[in-house]
Amino acid sequence: MKVSRSGRALGVALAGALALAACGSDDNSGSTTRSTDTAPRAASGGSGVSGTLNGEGSTAQKNAIQQVITGFQTGNGTATINYNGTGSGAGIKQFNAGQVDFAGSDSVLKTEAAGGGTSEADAAKQRCGGNSAWNLPMVAGPVAIAYNLPGVSKLTVTADLAAKIFKGDVKTWNDPAVAAANAGVTLPSSPVKVFFRSDESGTTENFQKYLSAAAPSAWTGKPAKKWAGTVGEGKPKSDGVAAAVKATPGGISYVEWSFATKNSLGVARVDTGAGPVELTGESAGKAVAAATQTGTGNDLALKLDYATKAPGAYPIVLVTYEIVCSKGLPAEKTTLLKAFLTFFADPAQQGKLLEAGYAPLPTEVQSKVSAAVEAIA
Amino acid sequence: MAILTGRPGPGTSPPPADLSSTGRFGDRVFHGLSTGSGIVVIGLVTAVGAFLLAQALPALVRNDANFLTDRVWQVDGDPLRFGIPDLLWVTVISSLVAMVIALPVAIGVALYLTEYAPPRLARPFAYLVDLLAAVPSIVYGLWGATIIITYVAPVQTFLGSVLGWIPLFSTENAITGTIFLASIVLAVMILPIITAISREVFAQTPLTHKEGALALGATRWEMIRTTVLPFGTPGTISAAMLGLGRALGETIAVSLIMGTTNGAFSWSLFSGGETFASRIANNAQEFDTPTKAGAFIAAGLVLFVLTFVVNAMARVVIERRKAFAE
Repeated sequence: MKVSRSGRALGVALAGALALAACGSDDNSGSTTRSTDTAPRAASGGSGVSGTLNGEGSTAQKNAIQQVITGFQTGNGTATINYNGTGSGAGIKQFNAGQVDFAGSDSVLKTEAAGGGTSEADAAKQRCGGNSAWNLPMVAGPVAIAYNLPGVSKLTVTADLAAKIFKGDVKTWNDPAVAAANAGVTLPSSPVKVFFRSDESGTTENFQKYLSAAAPSAWTGKPAKKWAGTVGEGKPKSDGVAAAVKATPGGISYVEWSFATKNSLGVARVDTGAGPVELTGESAGKAVAAATQTGTGNDLALKLDYATKAPGAYPIVLVTYEIVCSKGLPAEKTTLLKAFLTFFADPAQQGKLLEAGYAPLPTEVQSKVSAAVEAIA
Repeated sequence: MAILTGRPGPGTSPPPADLSSTGRFGDRVFHGLSTGSGIVVIGLVTAVGAFLLAQALPALVRNDANFLTDRVWQVDGDPLRFGIPDLLWVTVISSLVAMVIALPVAIGVALYLTEYAPPRLARPFAYLVDLLAAVPSIVYGLWGATIIITYVAPVQTFLGSVLGWIPLFSTENAITGTIFLASIVLAVMILPIITAISREVFAQTPLTHKEGALALGATRWEMIRTTVLPFGTPGTISAAMLGLGRALGETIAVSLIMGTTNGAFSWSLFSGGETFASRIANNAQEFDTPTKAGAFIAAGLVLFVLTFVVNAMARVVIERRKAFAE
């Protein structure tokens, strides 16, 4: 064996290893939102509640629930709550399969089966041993219409105008339609650059629901998780959209509130017909208060009125739910679940959610949720 | 390496005098292990293919649209309607442009390292190039989406103004996160792979060939052109194909860089879109029904087949070239 030969072989091996390493490094996508805190803590049987509770689902409420979990676990050292932000659909699937104790979802359990088979609600009932599952609204996440217009600090849109902008009918910022809603504001002549979410998301679905409900003539098409507009540019995830708007003068998009404020983007005021409404925790809460309950009894499924004209209500709000069994969990889990949800619905906790970019539940909804949590057996 | 370059590696010649087993225990163990490794690889690839097919079939059966020609993607509910022409175009064109950019540079770097650079410099320089392969793709994605994007914009504007009459360079639906930008970043990502393999192949050019050329009065460049390049061509082709395979399947960097478009189809490099891999990645969090996941897996299956075809084509080219070179 000559030395030069083994040297060559080493080189070849290196090249091969490099090629392999390159292949291996390109799939770091996807579930970056997974909670890593899955190690169960040792239950020492001290005071308060203990045990482990697993939840999974909506990414929209992930930041809120993480904050609440941290607060809860500080007060209850022996209890562990895990929440995986994997998406609403995945959460419901895992819940119905009995893999997790509660699900987080942006939409309520569907009572109609899609394409035959059992509906989500029926499957959930089966999972809960014949007891119905309840949708409990816990977090309200407003969706901001975020824009980047140097020199324009206050932009007002009506539902009709928003639909026209996102449809591409309004091509420049000094279009008469924009000027009509913004008397006294000097608008630049720069082109309107629309950004949307390239991934499927509850935020997109919610915003499209708003557009089609409040501006039915301008925005047609069935609201879905996929963006239906044909102009503009899609970017992945909320941070991608927010970053794109920040980097593009003339850019506009819809994004969860916290992303708009953290990127110091302009947030448009929405004129529902009762005057321009600024997005605040309070104005978003008013829209939730104006919602009608579609569930019966303690099932607090809500139907938001996106076309609401309630004074001071900001209409584009996403309500996310915790889906729980009304009965049927093991006793220890039930105690823990009730303690956790009571803590979650508490006005003090709800108030803290404001910092994370969520709107606290209005008092009347909050008290209903507390009562429902109390009724879990 | 012999498989990679289609050329006998240094370890295989001269052939052993006695090919028959001597019945020694070590031989039998080694024989078993290497056969086993081969079978595992074949088994894995078959299993991946079978998995993709099995998961995709139920969705494909329910698909109301033409999978290969219809530009729709409705995978929620029933009936399903989805097709892949957009994805195929964006995947292929972004990878091809990346190749066109990366290949000449990679060959240049490899030739410099093997023929021109002083040995003391060649080594650290080679490590540096290899280091490019160790950068995680998400870093490339962020780099492209936040930094390179600002430098590429004027280049695009210039290309658009000069070559805008060609559909490929039309700026009609220009956006910020373009296919062109993604291609540039992809080119950087595949550069180390092509360079590393080309370098190894060029270094194996028989010294006698090179000395012969020089003795006949060839200049350095003529020597490279008449000995190193012909000798290295099959290896370089397979290096390029390996790079192409990487570019075709690149996921997260493309997903971060490329903006998606919902409008009319555009041939332009300055438009956006999604590749097979980036569309799957963009939507992986919302696979709530098996048929919906199946639609995306069907797209993945096409990518699998595409990579397969690319590799097969490379093999054909190499086989032909080998006949010329020897």
